[in-house]
Amino acid sequence: MKIFLILKREYLTRVKKKSFIIMTIIGPILMAALMIAPSLLAKYDNQKVKTIAVIDDSMIFYKSLPNSKYIKFDYIKHQSIDKFQKNFPNTDYYALLFIPKNILASEKVQLFSNKQPGIDVKMQIINTLTDNIEKIKLLKKNIDVDVLKSVKTDIKLDTIKWTDDGQTEKTSTEITTVLSMISGLLIYFFIFLYGAQVMRGVIEEKTSRIIEVIISSVKPFKLMMGKILGIALVGLTQFVLWIILTFALVNISQSIFMPEPEYIQQEQAQSILSTEQTTQQDVGKNLNIQEVKDMLSVAKAIDWIVILGSFLFYFIGGYLLYASLFAAVGSAVDSEADTHQFMMPITIPLILSIVMIQSILTNPDGQIAFWGSIIPLTSPVIMMARIPFGVPYWQVILSMAILIITFLLTTKLASKIYRTGILMYGKKVNYRELWKWLWYKN
Amino acid sequence: MEIFRADNIHKSYANHKALDGVSINVKQGTIYGLLGPNGAGKTSLIRIINQITAPDKGELFFKNRKLKANDIYNIGYLPEERGLYKKMKVGEQAVYLAQLKGLSKSEAIKKLKYWFDKFEIINWWNRKVEELSKGMQQKIQFIVTILHEPELLIFDEPFSGFDPINTNILKTEIINLKNKGTTIIFSTHNMESVEELCDDITLINKSKNILSGNINDIKQSYKSNIYNFKFANGFDHLNASLNHQYKILKHAKNKYSETLKIKVLDKNLETNNLVKHLMQFGTLLQFNETLPTMNDIFIKLVEQTNKTQTTDNKEPNKN
Repeated sequence: MKIFLILKREYLTRVKKKSFIIMTIIGPILMAALMIAPSLLAKYDNQKVKTIAVIDDSMIFYKSLPNSKYIKFDYIKHQSIDKFQKNFPNTDYYALLFIPKNILASEKVQLFSNKQPGIDVKMQIINTLTDNIEKIKLLKKNIDVDVLKSVKTDIKLDTIKWTDDGQTEKTSTEITTVLSMISGLLIYFFIFLYGAQVMRGVIEEKTSRIIEVIISSVKPFKLMMGKILGIALVGLTQFVLWIILTFALVNISQSIFMPEPEYIQQEQAQSILSTEQTTQQDVGKNLNIQEVKDMLSVAKAIDWIVILGSFLFYFIGGYLLYASLFAAVGSAVDSEADTHQFMMPITIPLILSIVMIQSILTNPDGQIAFWGSIIPLTSPVIMMARIPFGVPYWQVILSMAILIITFLLTTKLASKIYRTGILMYGKKVNYRELWKWLWYKN
Repeated sequence: MEIFRADNIHKSYANHKALDGVSINVKQGTIYGLLGPNGAGKTSLIRIINQITAPDKGELFFKNRKLKANDIYNIGYLPEERGLYKKMKVGEQAVYLAQLKGLSKSEAIKKLKYWFDKFEIINWWNRKVEELSKGMQQKIQFIVTILHEPELLIFDEPFSGFDPINTNILKTEIINLKNKGTTIIFSTHNMESVEELCDDITLINKSKNILSGNINDIKQSYKSNIYNFKFANGFDHLNASLNHQYKILKHAKNKYSETLKIKVLDKNLETNNLVKHLMQFGTLLQFNETLPTMNDIFIKLVEQTNKTQTTDNKEPNKN
């Protein structure tokens, strides 16, 4: 009953805060912007056409470099680089591409400009020149371009998962990887964000000196748990609001900015493909439409219930584990500035698990992934990153069980530090002191 | 009738002993003073009474049975280190704290309105605590402490931070509470308020109970047989000083009267005889006995125990 009173206060004071409301609104706007922006940019791209002057000493490429939507090549004859450079500021050229005589042997060209050329310009020049030179080399060796085209191979690997009931599902490593990454990162951020709030709440009660008034009517453990659970609810509220608002925003803005999303995707695909050789365009276009369809079926095949369910579990479990530690740290210090020495052991496993995610994504069933998802301090992030790939049930259950046991244990230890720490003022506390607190009688 | 008793309480922290066999015995409907210099162990004892910490050894009784966890609903505590949530509104916060003490929301609001009206602070209800001065916050803390009408109230340094006007309001309220039958334990450095309010006291120094009892009994037992006399001008000082049963400590004279401070040396000399004897030498205007103030007793005893302890243990005072 009292724990509920505390929980209610912790929850309401935080949810009513301006910063909470602002975060709840800004979060989805940012997320929606991230999801919408690329297609919007592609649609309303008002990039200026860049004209690149070409001085071709090799005389191979005259008018054979393909122009693209944003990059045009203009061939200049009988002019030295020096002379061109003097004139450059008076021209509209973006840059000068110099192709030397021995290009076939040296495979080196130079691009002069008064600014640093963008990666897109660079990539296009490299790609077109590579294609052209390859062709010339082939011709020199008497290999027919048509023959080459017919042997050119592009393997597409479909990954298909056998589900337990004997069905087959098309899967996508890319989508799974992104999903893993996002779930792992979200858990990480939530633990940090809301764990730190628990710590700040404890410090606030200490510095405002209200703590003694409260613990004369409530046991410290109840106060700590009420705070931890109240803030957990704040986190869940924010998370749910974010999901709902993000979906709403994405849908609304899609209907405003892109009335026919599929059409746009095709157009977009075309604009990308137009830079490629015309011969490949038809195939490419078909492929792209197929890919979009595939993606949709892959997204449908993902077991969202399992992912959301385990996300909730690892979010709450991981949060509870860390929040009690954060509460203990908060109780041991007089101000936030003193927390650093105690924060280290808490933040290191969290940061470590983020660092490990990269290797887990490339090898989701390896040794690192296994141990990382069993050890409780890293398991919330790592197991969550593994789950979209599919993890044997026994491992999930083992990891969950260990997390629960560890959470109970750390809460017990943390509450011992907490109930001593909250009544200590003006004392610089070190680890030895904390160790002693663990053994004080109630 | 006794309402609260602490028997032989011991409490140690890592590097020091906070309480070493302290006992107190509080009678119902009285005001009990807990005295002692800083760091003597008063707050440690108060925290144990409030069940914030547990004693290493010793037992606590409330209304003649062992103190239970539930008894906190029957105890009100105003700590020395007291504060409020700064960002919360005054009324909201007071209701929350009252609910933690077991009051229902509607009950809490009703009682709070009564006290807020009484203290003329009802217009603070919707203000944030951080907008209030320290004295204003103290009033709210006091109200919250007594709101659930506990049988036992514990005030740790209640007057610190109050201006004289508010101190008086507080004293009046404490006396009102006593008259209604509430028992009050309070710790203080303010000896004046002890003489004014307390019925019984305990003096703690260096974790030990060095003096306990009724305040009048204590004063009697520490009296040093000193009497003040006032005579009309023309007192025969010379002949008066010839008696060896007493000694004149001080003799002062002004235009109208002479005052004398006399210490009785012979225990068999009765006051009546002393007065009779002195009346031969002049016209008596005033006579009274000087009792030691609590301040005198406090300083004398604390200094005494400090001296014996340092010579006994050769241990420097860590405070």
